[in-house]
Amino acid sequence: MNSKNKILASIRKQPVREISLPDSNGFGIRYEDPLGQFENMLERVGGVALRVADQAQIAETLESIEVYRSAKWVLNGVPGVQRDNPDEVPVGDPRALEQLDVAVLPGELMVAENGAIWVSTENVKHRVVYVIAEHLILVVDAQQIVHNLHEAYDRLSFEQVQYGLFISGPSKTADIAATLVKGAQGARSLHVLLVGPPPPTPER
Amino acid sequence: MNHPSQAARYVADQERAHWHDNVIWFMREKRDQAVNVIPEWEELRELGARIKGHTLSRLDDYLERFESQAKQLGVQIHWALDAEEHNQIVAGILQAAGARKVVKSKSMLTEECHLNQFLQERNIQVTDTDLGERIVQLRQEAPSHIITPAIHIKHEEVAELFHEHFGTDLSASDPDQLVAVARDALRRTFIEADAAITGVNFAVAETGGFVVCTNEGNVDMGTGLPRLHIACMGIEKVIPRIKDLGVFLRLLARSSTGQPITVYTSHFHGPAAGGELHLVIVDNGRSQLLQKRKFNKALNCIRCGACMNTCPVYRRSGGHSYGYTIPGPIGSVLGPSRKLKQFYSLPYASSLCGSCTAVCPVKIDLHHQLLEWRKEIAGAGILPWTKRFTMKVASLVLRNTWLYRTSGWIARVMLRRLPRAVVYHRLNLWGRQRDFPRIPDTSFRQWYAQRNHEQQK
Repeated sequence: MNSKNKILASIRKQPVREISLPDSNGFGIRYEDPLGQFENMLERVGGVALRVADQAQIAETLESIEVYRSAKWVLNGVPGVQRDNPDEVPVGDPRALEQLDVAVLPGELMVAENGAIWVSTENVKHRVVYVIAEHLILVVDAQQIVHNLHEAYDRLSFEQVQYGLFISGPSKTADIAATLVKGAQGARSLHVLLVGPPPPTPER
Repeated sequence: MNHPSQAARYVADQERAHWHDNVIWFMREKRDQAVNVIPEWEELRELGARIKGHTLSRLDDYLERFESQAKQLGVQIHWALDAEEHNQIVAGILQAAGARKVVKSKSMLTEECHLNQFLQERNIQVTDTDLGERIVQLRQEAPSHIITPAIHIKHEEVAELFHEHFGTDLSASDPDQLVAVARDALRRTFIEADAAITGVNFAVAETGGFVVCTNEGNVDMGTGLPRLHIACMGIEKVIPRIKDLGVFLRLLARSSTGQPITVYTSHFHGPAAGGELHLVIVDNGRSQLLQKRKFNKALNCIRCGACMNTCPVYRRSGGHSYGYTIPGPIGSVLGPSRKLKQFYSLPYASSLCGSCTAVCPVKIDLHHQLLEWRKEIAGAGILPWTKRFTMKVASLVLRNTWLYRTSGWIARVMLRRLPRAVVYHRLNLWGRQRDFPRIPDTSFRQWYAQRNHEQQK
């Protein structure tokens, strides 16, 4: 018998006590102003939220970000923004991204409860770009927001998405003397541009 | 291995022991703040416990489902009965790929299997990339906490360590400066790595994917550069559905560090283009624990560390005093399930106050299990004679009314009259750090009888 069958046989010797699988549909905290809650949480986890009226304003908002202005190498995956496009960058080996200063990439979905933004390989060639850039700027449609993680998983699809990531704030650590320090192994800072009008407040 | 003697060595440095206590308690307070803003927290715990309970009741089905789904995503699955087989498999994959330099992201399972040593003996260089893990690796120590592995080390000591290994200035001892040093050093290591090894927080049977949580981003740096990724998971990590992640991710970060979610929650559903993804599913004693009715709930554990952060014994005795890969209350129930004789003292490293059970996000009956283990240990006859003898005497005295009264009287009279040196001697372990309270003139019985008598007047 191989190890797999030995393990499964050993598992089957357990005392049977069938418990039904509970459901979490419709479960979880909701907010009156989810976008405001998101901005609040993002700030709490060390990120910066910036509201942008429409697509046309994105470039201007980017210029207001110090790390973007002073960057030597910016990788851009958002339409309507100048500078390098990640698909056109002559980068075959992700290691070449080591010197990348700023990555401007689309975020797909925001979670109000915890200030997290969903990103995935749908928009990038190399998954490491989200952490290897010194600074990360995510651009998200302000309407793409859910109240909590349960709703987020209802919305997300994992077909054809080999790698996806919730990002909530810049990389950080409290491993030295329990002191919180930003910029551990991943991006040192996180800016999130919330583009367009906020979602309508639900009728009560 | 004996918890009391190791702990005694630890608390001898009183200043450090107090510092550790405060630092750990701070995490417990942050946990409370993060939990109190979620009105449905208790229902969430109940959901978590029931999903885990359900999964464990048909773990074989879910593991097989997970395997077949993962294979469809192009993941190569391996099964390991024990630590030895796990290490062999990992080494085999690395050797087949010609990998010499490996970056590893925090995984308690590979600690449990002592993978680093195994690989180093085979000329494969392993670098732990979680900052705390890196620090304990450089100090050639084991982690003292499952979330913050280097929590027992002060920043000045880290400065000394970095000075020794990276030649940095001793005066650069601010955590900010130290993190910057480690970041630069680790970036080089990431770039040069041939392969990445990671742990697994949750494996999803429905999709065949798995999730790893970090704050530093080291999992994503590690797996994003080399073409080979090996993930190692215990059999209990599987959960049924993708939506169950909503429940467990909410429970995990809030319980462990008081964050609303970890900074990076990475979902792997197949290898990167042109890459290889291997997954090693490890038993190493878990299925035996599953067969123990009184103890199998311990497999609910999602490794948040809340039980150790709240534990008065852990906070004051430090993680290393447990001598097991996982310290604190959860380690104290897992250790004996593995080697009863070696870890018999761990279930006694608890006041049975129940705080661990109260904070556990997946409702493991920790303090009940600690008590159950004590019964098993006493039954197996492996307690030292001092403890056995005192228990025998206590049982005799407590069963016999006359003996109980007489010994109470003797104690009251003698403790007041005997010279201090006779009472506080080498054998009085309890009195080593504290004094007895003032001895009352009358016993409770006498006081009670007198009170009743006076009331009847």
